[in-house]
Amino acid sequence: MTITATRGTRVDVPAALRKKRRRHRLVVLAFLAPWIAGFLMFFGYPFVATVYYSFTRYDLFTPPEFVGLLNYEFMVKDDPTVRIAVRNTLWLVALMVPAKILFALGLAQILTRLKSGVGFWRSVFYLPALAPPVAATIAFVFLFNPEYGVANAVLGVFGVDGPGWFTDPDWSKPSLTLLALWGAGDVMIILLAALLDVPRDLYDAADVDGAGPTQKFRFVTLPTISPVLGFAAITGVIQTLQYFTQAAVASGVASNRASTGKGGSDVLGFPEQSTLTYPLWLYVRGFGQNYLGYASALAMALLVVAFALTVLMLWRAPALMGGEGENS
Amino acid sequence: MTATAVKAPTSARVRSSRNARRESFLFWVARYSLLIALGVMFLGPLLFVFLTSVMSGQQALTTDYWPNSWNWDNYAKVFTEAPMVRHLGNTMLYAGLATVFMLISSIGPAYAFSRLRWRGRNKVFVLVLVTMMLPPQVTVVPMYILWTDWGLTGSLWPLIIPNLFGDAFSIFLLRQFLLTIPKEYTDAAKVDGCNEFQVLWKVILPMARPAIAATAMFMFFYAWNDYFGPLLYTSEERDNWPLSLALASFRGQYQVDWNITMAATLLVMMPVMVVFFFAQKAFVEGVTLTGVKG
Repeated sequence: MTITATRGTRVDVPAALRKKRRRHRLVVLAFLAPWIAGFLMFFGYPFVATVYYSFTRYDLFTPPEFVGLLNYEFMVKDDPTVRIAVRNTLWLVALMVPAKILFALGLAQILTRLKSGVGFWRSVFYLPALAPPVAATIAFVFLFNPEYGVANAVLGVFGVDGPGWFTDPDWSKPSLTLLALWGAGDVMIILLAALLDVPRDLYDAADVDGAGPTQKFRFVTLPTISPVLGFAAITGVIQTLQYFTQAAVASGVASNRASTGKGGSDVLGFPEQSTLTYPLWLYVRGFGQNYLGYASALAMALLVVAFALTVLMLWRAPALMGGEGENS
Repeated sequence: MTATAVKAPTSARVRSSRNARRESFLFWVARYSLLIALGVMFLGPLLFVFLTSVMSGQQALTTDYWPNSWNWDNYAKVFTEAPMVRHLGNTMLYAGLATVFMLISSIGPAYAFSRLRWRGRNKVFVLVLVTMMLPPQVTVVPMYILWTDWGLTGSLWPLIIPNLFGDAFSIFLLRQFLLTIPKEYTDAAKVDGCNEFQVLWKVILPMARPAIAATAMFMFFYAWNDYFGPLLYTSEERDNWPLSLALASFRGQYQVDWNITMAATLLVMMPVMVVFFFAQKAFVEGVTLTGVKG
């Protein structure tokens, strides 16, 4: 009875309007079609498949064999290198990400105070961020070479005996951090836009109240730009979770051996696994040693963390979603 | 009562202006010495890469940083020591096709996510953002197995073909741009009897040309810089290596001196920087749009 009633009301919608609606739906689908296909093929399928492979033993040559939770158990209990990889990645998350954001904020802050030449200096600070990561990493490994690199020569002028940088396990991650700071220009651009968006009246009001520069920064600038800072922090962490290229290239070039090809996997992490990040270890296990089931379990753990952070970001940054609202 | 009320701010202003003068002088000194120091920090590495690239091979291994002789032929040697033309060709194939494919497949979805009205639009867009944010390593194992089954590992096609099916970051960036086009333009076209495809083709595309150029540029340089993807798929197949892989193993694989390596490094950096020089505005606007506007 109720069903027929609701059906009845739907029939009341004029046939022409219904036809128009159906047409509109088809138009939307037509526009979305490539993305829908791509989403299912390159995200939906591999997502389900990763879950499946993580419960199997698979080496690409013999069919996958179901092993239950063995991969996960091995990951937690019997693979000490996972712990090293997690620690290295956490180091980068805890130190490299904040260092890069603070540095970028400092640069952006300096740019807002310049009276002239803003465009020039912005380009100077941004240019290195454009350098291809492989090229930038090779350049840094050479410039920070302990024997003939220019970095230690400069330190020598000040009477400092420079460290081994990329060849010293204690200094390899700080060296990668310096490389990240050199490329802080992209974050700087985003923060600069946020700083320029802070309403001038707020500063004027603070001036009337007799606030100094530090107070203005603390009570006006920081609260206004904090959503953008939060966004930069979370994207920074997510990017660092996939930190691969710089670590791989640095270990290859600093150890003077090829890091490509199957044999290359034991070079990764040089010196002494100090640059062996989590994705690097996933790569070695999965594609250097062909433990694809185990690599899938490693991928699942990464997925959980990255997904949690993504949700956090989408929740923190509704502006990303809404845009200018419902323009049709 | 009124007198004190007037007086207090005046004396405060006098004090603060004196402070401000002293502070502004100190700031001036600090700011410019800091700027110069920072400028050296940012451009210094590039300068030393350049200086090394024209040195002799022996001098590159010394702490003498000004070239004793200017060996411009180091740049020619880059191409004779390793098959760099072939690697460049591979990179151009990857970056060129990826960009063209992305444009074909991503403009439509971006249009649907920004200018068409439909139920659940924002919820579905969250899926685009999620695919954009998640690390590629998360889906890499099954994709590798799939491409192996299709016999395409060893080539760059596993990195090119997916761009035919919409690239999440490009859709996101294009959408952000398209949202800024005022509604009135498309409404006018619709009143004139254009359907959605005609609106996209005749109204939106011409207006969004700078945005499309910026998105294409980001895609091109993403592919140009990509190391993880090519390493995964073409590692065993040296003939199919793009520049990024060739450069990373330049010394290890081809036993090349540092001066030639630095010349190659600079050559790989050059295109991005030259394009930036000419298209600075589009670059900066694009990067700004990837951040959230407050």
